[in-house]
Amino acid sequence: MAHSVRRDAPELPDFSLLKRLARDQLIYLLEQLPGKKDLFIEADLMSPLDRIANVTTLKEHEVDKLYKVEHKSIVSTSDQLCFLIRPRIQTVKWICDVVNADKAVGKFRRYKVIFCPQKFYACETLLEEQGIIGDVTTDEWSFYLLPLDDDIISLELPEFFRDNFLEGDQRWVRTAGSALHLLHSLYGPFSKVYGIGRCSKMAYESWREQVKEGEQRVRQADIGNVFLIDRDVDLVTPLCSQVVYEGLVDDIFRIKCGCVEFGPDVTSSDKSMKVMLNSQDKVFNEIRNEHFSQVFGFLSQKARNLQTAYDKRSGMDIKQMKTFVSEELKGLKKEHRLLSLHIGASESMMKKKTKQDFQEMLKTEHSLLEGFEIRECISFIEEHINRQASMVESMRLLCLLSLTENGLLPKDYRSLKAQYLQSYGVDHLLTFSNLKQLGLLVEQQPGETLTVMESRVGKLVNDKTAGKLTDAFSSLAKKSNFRALSRRLNLVPKSDEEYDLRVPRDMAYIFSGAYIPLSCKLIEQVLERDGWTGLEEVTRMINGHEFAVTAGSNGSDPRGRSDAQRIILVMFLGGCTYSEISALRFLGKEKGYKFVVVTTAITNSARVLESMLDNHA
Amino acid sequence: MAFITANWNPLGDAFYRQIELYDMGWSLRDGLKDCMVAAAPYGGPIVLLEWQSQRPSPSARPQLEIYSSSGVSMASFPWKSGPVRQLGWTVCDDLLAIQEDGTVLIYDLFGTFKRHFSMGNEVVQNQVLEAKVFHSPYGTGVAIVTGASRFTLAMNIDDLKLRRLPEVPGLQGAPSCWAVLTQDRQTKVLLANGADLYILDNTSCTPVTPPGLSPQACSIINMAVSFSYKYLALFTDSGHLWMGSTNLKDKLSEVETKVRSAPKQMVWSRRPKSQQPSVVLMWDRLLLVAGVCKETIQYTLDEECVCVAELDGVRIVGASRHEMLQEVPSACEDIFKIASMAPGALLLEAHKEYEKCSQKADEYLREIKEQSVLGEAVKQCVEAAGYEHEPETQKTLLRAASFGKCFLSNFPPEPFVSMCRDLRVLNSVRDYSVGIPLTHTQYKQMTVQVLIDRLVYRKLYPLAIEICRYLKTPEYQGVSRVLKHWACCKVQQKEEPDESIARAVSVKLGEAAGISYSEIAARAYECGRTELAIKLLEFEPRSGEQVPLLLKMKRSQLGLSKAIESGDTDLVYTVVTYLKNEMNRGDFFMTLRNQPVALSLYRQFCKHQEQETLKDLFNQDDDHHELGNFYVRASYKESKLEARLSLLQSAVDEYNKAKNEFAAKATEEEMKLLRFQRRLDEEKGEALLGLSLHDTLHALLSANYHKQAEQLYRDFRVPDKRYWWLKLTALAEKEDWDELEKFAKSKKSPIGYLPFVEVCVKRHNKYEAKKYVSKVTPEQKVKAHLAIGDLEGAAEAAIERRSEGEISTVLARCSPTTDRALLERLNRARSTAAKK
Repeated sequence: MAHSVRRDAPELPDFSLLKRLARDQLIYLLEQLPGKKDLFIEADLMSPLDRIANVTTLKEHEVDKLYKVEHKSIVSTSDQLCFLIRPRIQTVKWICDVVNADKAVGKFRRYKVIFCPQKFYACETLLEEQGIIGDVTTDEWSFYLLPLDDDIISLELPEFFRDNFLEGDQRWVRTAGSALHLLHSLYGPFSKVYGIGRCSKMAYESWREQVKEGEQRVRQADIGNVFLIDRDVDLVTPLCSQVVYEGLVDDIFRIKCGCVEFGPDVTSSDKSMKVMLNSQDKVFNEIRNEHFSQVFGFLSQKARNLQTAYDKRSGMDIKQMKTFVSEELKGLKKEHRLLSLHIGASESMMKKKTKQDFQEMLKTEHSLLEGFEIRECISFIEEHINRQASMVESMRLLCLLSLTENGLLPKDYRSLKAQYLQSYGVDHLLTFSNLKQLGLLVEQQPGETLTVMESRVGKLVNDKTAGKLTDAFSSLAKKSNFRALSRRLNLVPKSDEEYDLRVPRDMAYIFSGAYIPLSCKLIEQVLERDGWTGLEEVTRMINGHEFAVTAGSNGSDPRGRSDAQRIILVMFLGGCTYSEISALRFLGKEKGYKFVVVTTAITNSARVLESMLDNHA
Repeated sequence: MAFITANWNPLGDAFYRQIELYDMGWSLRDGLKDCMVAAAPYGGPIVLLEWQSQRPSPSARPQLEIYSSSGVSMASFPWKSGPVRQLGWTVCDDLLAIQEDGTVLIYDLFGTFKRHFSMGNEVVQNQVLEAKVFHSPYGTGVAIVTGASRFTLAMNIDDLKLRRLPEVPGLQGAPSCWAVLTQDRQTKVLLANGADLYILDNTSCTPVTPPGLSPQACSIINMAVSFSYKYLALFTDSGHLWMGSTNLKDKLSEVETKVRSAPKQMVWSRRPKSQQPSVVLMWDRLLLVAGVCKETIQYTLDEECVCVAELDGVRIVGASRHEMLQEVPSACEDIFKIASMAPGALLLEAHKEYEKCSQKADEYLREIKEQSVLGEAVKQCVEAAGYEHEPETQKTLLRAASFGKCFLSNFPPEPFVSMCRDLRVLNSVRDYSVGIPLTHTQYKQMTVQVLIDRLVYRKLYPLAIEICRYLKTPEYQGVSRVLKHWACCKVQQKEEPDESIARAVSVKLGEAAGISYSEIAARAYECGRTELAIKLLEFEPRSGEQVPLLLKMKRSQLGLSKAIESGDTDLVYTVVTYLKNEMNRGDFFMTLRNQPVALSLYRQFCKHQEQETLKDLFNQDDDHHELGNFYVRASYKESKLEARLSLLQSAVDEYNKAKNEFAAKATEEEMKLLRFQRRLDEEKGEALLGLSLHDTLHALLSANYHKQAEQLYRDFRVPDKRYWWLKLTALAEKEDWDELEKFAKSKKSPIGYLPFVEVCVKRHNKYEAKKYVSKVTPEQKVKAHLAIGDLEGAAEAAIERRSEGEISTVLARCSPTTDRALLERLNRARSTAAKK
């Protein structure tokens, strides 16, 4: 069922090294506080930590009890407390409260705060302001990268998207640069770096600076090329419903750190179950990149095969049976278990997704992407809102409409917004303000006249230093130009041809043949052209900041190892979806590349939009 | 070459030799008499200070003079501070002067005052009786004994922690002699009070007895600890010299010197792999080398001298001469000992003959080769060359080695090459003008890096750079580092104008790798040359590096733009915090306004930390829209309704100012809704407050408050479609079928009647559903029939509409049990529809 491999695909480098490095450093840090201690872990660090060091490892290094950071007063009796946190103001504030509360009752403890992956000056200032800088020791656990799978590495920083693109807070850019630097020093030197987007450019510069500061070792490159891309270059793709198996699982069950929790309806028992989803899971590995409509057929075929394997038993003599039991049975059992899980998951998804409204939603989405029957789409969305169907889904459709249509007509903009507020509450006024700022949901501007804001930004852009960094405002000046981009890059295949999902002919298969993701198309085009030449029109519409840099003479011979040249590291700043990863895997097979996806976090439409909500901040 | 052994003296089975290092360049009036002298190990500088007590008038200032090892003056100035008890040098060539009152003054090599520290308050009263400067792996330390007979230690003067040691029983005044030991990562004091020996550590004072100390002695009057702190020598008033290990467990030997007066100085002379270690004792006119073998060598001294212990021997500094006394290394002994037949000696002889063009060369060579020790011979010659001080001798040995190498096929070249390089470096620093008489052993121990540091410290920049280039030291640690120090020194030249210094620095440093201009600029700023510092900062390619200094120099605006340029938000934040404290609020906000990156960063911070500041920020910017949002956000945190309403009113005002009518109206409606909800909550006890309009309506309809729902529907101009949907679902949920039917008949449904069918089916009430099927528009008929499971009805409708798609949908729902006739009809209809 897997697509035919065109050329011999190069082997991917071993990324488990990253885990080992992180673990060793963590152990070192824990040993800096000798003796028994209680460890408080930031909630969203728990899963990543679990991938690095399990409870046994922690206990071996004298961690007594483990707690989740819950921003409440603590009950620990240990006289040594260790906090493993993200450098966030709220958390640091909470630690200050803990320490000050201890002080108030005259309790003496030792405190150690480990910031992951780095500490920020603001956090230290806070400690200082609260007068406890002398009471705590601080450290950094430079755990930048978590390999989720053979070809997926995540920074596990979901807030990157909001902080950087909405709030204009660039604190994480340097983190991204450091992550890139780490990869460069372990798997580089990279010979070619392409990128698009302001944040990519800054991350690139931050990385170069760190390369300059450090000493360089000459080694054989494992990864030859790098492509950096900002999430806001392509916001359409993450807002589309995912229909590839892995993406769909993420949309419905939410994959967390490469692990999903299947509820009782899937496991067909009364317990829910946590399952790791990666290439180790043989069944999953074969279906993860498939269009959902193909998965069921595949699974039933697989079940039949399995049955045949079991059936072999019947004709066996004792000796054969013995070998069968000792060698094959365990594997079969495991496969059996996985198979039944995935079948359960598929059924559950089928139930949800074959309902009529889902089909109609997909139809609407495709019409929006194609720019076809827009009025019908608008009334569909309207009905969706009026019936108070899912809040996030409604918003997703509104945003897709705005992105593909280059903004809403003023009349529609107002009426849809008003209806939305009636349905989901007026606090979404703030959400709309955020969406507007990010350019996800905007009003069409009459003619070409610049708005006040845009001209202000224009002024700043002319000023060199300021222009480099007016991220927050740039999105205002930015129009999505989706239609024009789609025409130029052929993102929407002609709809009159039947698209055979069993034998995909291009990356559009990940959206049932309706749309080739812009992000992946850009990557394909740039790799094909070895740069941005010929794409000037496209980059102008995306609002530029593209670059392509060939490393200097330090790369011994750029064409020295062709294998490394065919391994391409794609870094998504602001997150990427499983669908995009599937598309890149497909592209890799077609062109004989291997892609390694590095992302600030795995995202999907719900995560993107939830990060825009402001009502419970 | 017989003369090489001329100054060799046998001691046991080894030899001792004196090497003349320099004829001293200084001219001292009274020689070294009446002077306090301290010379640093590793060929370091020498400091002289005239004894103050001997001066006729206390008002006259004694002169303090610093010389290099070759006697070249480096600094000289009158001593203006208090009376000095002890002088010493730190590991990085700084001068320490320990005063009577316990103050320790630190000067650099050129006599510039650097800083001072005190050995504790107690000392001020009791005065320092004696002091010692010692070196340990932790750095340079100072030990003193006070008038109250108490010892105080400072392990490392760069990280000052004073340790007062416990009292010594029965000690009055200063002990007869004492020394500092470093053992097992602990520093202790060993002291003798008469015949008693004590070890003093942090917590206790332990009496000890050295094993086998001759019983005639009734007092220990001098002691010496070896360079490595491993060996101890004690001199008793009976003239016996006891030698042993510092842990006082082993005795090496005891020598009777027959001199009973206390030696002026006593120093160990050892070398790594020493065969015959010895102690050098010095009296007024006599220098005695006492070996472990109990033999001695005596030298007469014709002038006042000072001994300096080194790693591999003892340097003897006199007023006119500077010599090195050491055990002859075995390689040299083998080669130069008279009538030696060692391989090296033969090779040297062979080479000598070869230069004379004598065939004897071949004979010698043959002899070596027969014993197949040529490799050994070459190695010996190379090694011996390293131990020789005279370049001529070095050359002879190296030539011989090179000659021998020609006859070997696989001799590794590295030792020879590196020895040549090392010697070249050593000879250049041993030069009279530089005056660092390092031996090869010391050089290897000290490392090139440290040597370069010392040269830099002596401002011998060109030589340091030459050495770096010659040794191909990586630029980062080598040339660049030297250049940086040069530049730091250059910016202190007060007489030169800023322009020319900046130019000179940039020309010389150019593109050298790893240069940090900010460090140089920082130095310039320390010397009060702000303008120069700013000029230099311009050369700094990493903008992040410029920021801290710019802030220090109060160029905060420039600092802010540089920080932003660096892309490092931490730096930006540093500057922002700094500005916040430095500027008044208005200016601060104005500054931020021009720097969007800093502004958004600060906003983020305020959002979590200082909500009020955030408001001020928006106010300053006249950003009414954000202010409106701010109030809305605040309103959700407010639990009291009145406060909430007033916040929302503020939001409305702001939105109006921002000309955002939509938001203003939405907020107004929210207020209206809130008031409505409160009224209803009070009247009917429903918990509606905070629900959205949609949810409120739903709640009302579910609770049968149709009148109130109608009112809301009218007041808020809820679209008909929404209202119908709402009422429909609410009624269906309650399964209030009569009301539903009434509702359906009230007027024409804006959402059609298919939804009616669907909600009924959802509630499993097919009977009710059927009532609405007939009302459904023709386009949706098929769907409606299918929804209630009426295949025939669906088929009829589909056939009537002659729609191929719909017929197919119906067909798809047919099962094998379906009536045949119906199937046929459908198929037929489909084919006719398809034809059309």
